[in-house]
Amino acid sequence: MTEQTEKMIFRENDFEPLPMDEAAAEVIARKQTTYAKDVWRSFRKNKAAVISLVAISMLVLLVIFGPMMVPFDYYTNDYEVVNQPPNAVHWFGTDTLGRDLWARVWVGGRVSLMIAIIGTLLPEVIGLIVGGMSGYIGGKVDMIIMRLIDILMGIPSLIYIILLMIVLGSGNILTLIIAVSITGWMGSARGTRGLVLQIKNRDFVTASETLGASPTWVIARHLLPNAMGIRVVSITLTIPSVIFYEAFLSYIGLGVAPPNPSWGQLIKAASEVFRYYPYQFIIPCLFISLSMLCFNLIGDGLRDALDPRLRD
Amino acid sequence: MSQDKLLEVKNLKVSFRTYAGTVQAVRGVSWHLEKKETIAIVGESGCGKTATIQTIMGLNMQNPICSKEGQVVFDGKDLLTCSEKQMRDIQGNDMSIIFQDPFTFLNPTMKVGDQVIEVYCRHHKATRREATERLLEMMRLISLPDPEKNIKRYPHQLSGGQRQRIMIAMALICGPKILFADEPTTALDVTIQAQIIELMKHLKEQIDTSIVLITHDLGVVANMANRVYMMYAGQIVEHADARTIFKNSKHPYTRALLGSVPRVDQKTEGGLFSIPGSPPDLIDPPTGCAFAARCSQAMNICKRLQPPEITFPEPEHKVCCWLHHPEYKARKKAVGVGERHE
Amino acid sequence: MNDQPLLELQGVKTFFRIKKDILKAVNGIDLVIHRGETLGLVGESGCGKSTLGKTILHLYKPAEGKVLYKGRDIWTYSKTERKLYARQVQMIFQDPYASLDPLMVVHECVAEGLNIHGIYTPKERYEKAIELLEQVGLNKEHANRFPHEFSGGQRQRIGIARALALEPELIVCDEPISALDVSIQAQIVNLLRDLQEKKGLAYLFITHDLSMVRQISDRIAVMYLGSLVELAHSDNLYEHHRHPYTKALLSAIPIADPDVEAKRQRILLSGDVSSPIGIDQMCSFCKRCHYATDLCFHEKPLLREVAEDHFVACHHLDQVDKNGGR
Repeated sequence: MTEQTEKMIFRENDFEPLPMDEAAAEVIARKQTTYAKDVWRSFRKNKAAVISLVAISMLVLLVIFGPMMVPFDYYTNDYEVVNQPPNAVHWFGTDTLGRDLWARVWVGGRVSLMIAIIGTLLPEVIGLIVGGMSGYIGGKVDMIIMRLIDILMGIPSLIYIILLMIVLGSGNILTLIIAVSITGWMGSARGTRGLVLQIKNRDFVTASETLGASPTWVIARHLLPNAMGIRVVSITLTIPSVIFYEAFLSYIGLGVAPPNPSWGQLIKAASEVFRYYPYQFIIPCLFISLSMLCFNLIGDGLRDALDPRLRD
Repeated sequence: MSQDKLLEVKNLKVSFRTYAGTVQAVRGVSWHLEKKETIAIVGESGCGKTATIQTIMGLNMQNPICSKEGQVVFDGKDLLTCSEKQMRDIQGNDMSIIFQDPFTFLNPTMKVGDQVIEVYCRHHKATRREATERLLEMMRLISLPDPEKNIKRYPHQLSGGQRQRIMIAMALICGPKILFADEPTTALDVTIQAQIIELMKHLKEQIDTSIVLITHDLGVVANMANRVYMMYAGQIVEHADARTIFKNSKHPYTRALLGSVPRVDQKTEGGLFSIPGSPPDLIDPPTGCAFAARCSQAMNICKRLQPPEITFPEPEHKVCCWLHHPEYKARKKAVGVGERHE
Repeated sequence: MNDQPLLELQGVKTFFRIKKDILKAVNGIDLVIHRGETLGLVGESGCGKSTLGKTILHLYKPAEGKVLYKGRDIWTYSKTERKLYARQVQMIFQDPYASLDPLMVVHECVAEGLNIHGIYTPKERYEKAIELLEQVGLNKEHANRFPHEFSGGQRQRIGIARALALEPELIVCDEPISALDVSIQAQIVNLLRDLQEKKGLAYLFITHDLSMVRQISDRIAVMYLGSLVELAHSDNLYEHHRHPYTKALLSAIPIADPDVEAKRQRILLSGDVSSPIGIDQMCSFCKRCHYATDLCFHEKPLLREVAEDHFVACHHLDQVDKNGGR
């Protein structure tokens, strides 16, 4: 309560009635903001996440334009210049067959990143549909789908991959993408189902049902959009593990066949000469680690930005 | 009279820095609590009552976005200048708080008996046996049925009313001088609410605790409080003893609020009175009286300047409203119009 | 005057299976709601009133009994008829913070029903949404904002606008004001009354707030653990109530008047609201009732008419009356 002195100066009309403006009482003072703007604002505050975002963008640019920056291609052998460390001509040096590593790293990056991104998005879409239906419809449908997933997940993924290799032919990108998707959709379905179970009990979903909405409407208009936030975080955090998985498969010989490079291929080739020419090994490792780290930090940042408890 | 003042809050201001601006949650409130009494701080959501209590209890100390001004005098010390350790010694011991939702307050992985003992042992050196004895004594005081069995239960195994009793036991086991009760009955069923209110009144006598009741439920206030402070938009707008507030309130907000509360023993023909609009956003509080935009009797000066505190001759009745300022009365007399009767 | 009631419940029972137990949320309810009237349904948590509301809305199928809308059992509807039912009976929800999709803009929320039923073009739907917002006291500026930018009272009004969009005849209000501030509660109740007058709506007003329900209801039903214990016209219930639970409930409600509070004698019920699992052939209230005898534990009392349009379910009304309700 304010304490005021006795000597106050009052104006002529001070004690006349103030006309009440009812509409003024309903005005929303704050600026309009969308969910996306809110999330971006929170995300921006996380320096690590922002730096990672910039780093990944630069990586993508390099992966696309990098090979064009040098006059060399990624597959021509040149026995005059084998095993050269990084220098002014070959910025990353050359490998055991004289191939320019700069070009190989970036072309390899195209393969690795493409497998990682498509190999994450494709199963995610499948998982969203399956998990969304399973979670919303519930009952027997849910039980059958979940038990199926349980069984399929119990089989080691390498078995699928080897089988696929036999059927589709080994060594090409398509096979790898399919292989990764077949194992990936199940995790996505489970995750989506869990989210849908939480969301479907909220009143706005019941409201939609009472308005006469069909299950498809509810899933497409309410459940999936509200689950997307968390699924995007999941996608961002899955990509690094797929990058690594591709590298692992290449390393054990099930990945992309030479001379097509991928980061995993490069590491495998370099591991044989690691003792003498460590740069051949270190450079692709560096980029794999960097991209994995950045995606993880972006995913973390997104998760924090989306957390409703941390929002104002 | 100040010897009897257990707690005195002087011009307390609390603000929170948010992305949209600084929210001035509490804008200069002053009140006091005497021994052996129950006061109620009444207001709706957003009025600042919870922020006030949390600040007094030291729950806002580690919050980096919170800034405070003013004084809170308890036991000869200004609580706002106390260290964290000093506050921790006071919390649960000299001052306790019970909250609205006992379920989120209790640790779901600990037996309830252990949780109550934990509070006791934090402040007193006692053997396991002494602590358990005190615990059972407390259980009897709160009328928990089957105490020996129930102290070994987990919170989810008890009912809502029982959990609230456990929370009360935790708050009172060290015999605090002040109990803050933040909406203690809002989340409870009506018949349980009645039980808890009776329990609190009974315990107040037994343990000689003064109670600060924070609520928006005027019925509970009528039942429990000796004196009442009405809060709106971070300020105290009226203060008097309970009977005066209900029978002879002077602030338009108090009167409007009383008018909008339905009574189970009366039917209001023609609908309840309702206050149009919503409380102001405290990021940008209005320059004048915060209630002016919704007040049917607002005047030009209400928008321009904040009303001063005006004291009435009855025992401790204070209002912050221009309608009761001597200048207003003088002008109306001069014009020949009688006092506006609300 | 069309005498056929709008909604009629005949012996409705809704059960849920929880692991091995059966939760009898609604355990035999007979009720009638007429055009344009408000029936208040009161009870504490766990009594089954929300479940009953959702059963009426075709969201839960009754294990036994019938829900008749304009004389027809709603579970005999074809798929199209079921969709049309949404244009007759609508719902307002308790939690204003959960009842609106946080990703949908206000006018989309309000017009969702119209969108689902393919009524109007998108532009017309937008216009209609604005019209509805104005009817509930909001305006055009609010149409493009998101729910989280509004206060609880405003969100509740958006929910009401959404329910009105399909022009229903009956609206089930499931605790529409419990989560709101006192002064806003009055706003919403007044709004509901106005809309009822203008549009001839019928309401089933579900709440635990006995003080508020008196202001809006024509008749009131008191529910305990899945069964009705008393049903009467509004004023009748408050002045001449007879069931021991009703008496305890009314005496427990605090009144905003210190003189009255000081003089009141409360009937304090022992124990807590009992669990609705496992009750069967007995009075739902017997475990907490001061007057319970062996009979009460073995035979469920039926709702009997004790005065004009006043029904009570109790074996020992004479005892209760003798004691003056203590």
